[in-house]
Amino acid sequence: MSSVAFIVIAILTLGGALAAATLQKLMHAALSLVVAFVGLAAFFFLLGAEFVGLVQVFVYVGAVAVLIVFTILLTRHDLEKPGRFNWGGVVVAIAVFAGLVWAILRTPTLAIAAPPIEALTVKRIGEVLMTDYVWPLQCVGVLLTAALIGALILVMEEKRE
Amino acid sequence: MTLSILLVVSAALFCIGLLAALSRRHAIFILIGIEMMLAAANLNFIAFWRFGPEPQQPTGVMVAIFSIAIAAAEAAVGLALVIAVYRHYRTTNVDQLNQLKG
Repeated sequence: MSSVAFIVIAILTLGGALAAATLQKLMHAALSLVVAFVGLAAFFFLLGAEFVGLVQVFVYVGAVAVLIVFTILLTRHDLEKPGRFNWGGVVVAIAVFAGLVWAILRTPTLAIAAPPIEALTVKRIGEVLMTDYVWPLQCVGVLLTAALIGALILVMEEKRE
Repeated sequence: MTLSILLVVSAALFCIGLLAALSRRHAIFILIGIEMMLAAANLNFIAFWRFGPEPQQPTGVMVAIFSIAIAAAEAAVGLALVIAVYRHYRTTNVDQLNQLKG
């Protein structure tokens, strides 16, 4: 785990996230969000969780970002009007960040380096998913089915009699 | 690279998401902010798994995978709601959705 890679990925992720939060045009913000999510996936690779990194790329970059772009396309009516920027949110966010950093930096047990581990293979993840986590897996399956059917019903055209 | 630096990065990502969710008026921006906060939580799960005392047990990885799945479901329902609200009110500005105001 090199620190140069860490700094580059951190700048990429936080820069992308900041652009997504502050850019005026919605489409630019959605594409910056993709950059931030790719940086996050790189973090997962750096930490040895390759499978989660790949899932992150597939789900967020592949599905969620495309979904956001389609929603922008379908609701493109009042896009160009620059909205009022609420500075109260900035104050709250900075205060929360300061509190979190203060708590993290004054906890001495967090200042540790990573222990060496053997690589976590997809085979092991599959085994655990089918033994210890089989009920959570089924629940997530039911949840995803229900959520997607609900989303479909929400956006279905109403029949005008 | 220590755990605390990683947690600071994750806290920064969370607060940027909070900033987007609190200060933007467009509904899709608010959803983007919520997604960023969920992603920061995922980074914390992975970081605590990697630096924890028992990294051979893939508990943190499992929680992160389930969290990503639930975030995907949340994004689908949230964006469908945005489209439904837009059809009804012809706007996605959350300041104008004040019909429930007494």
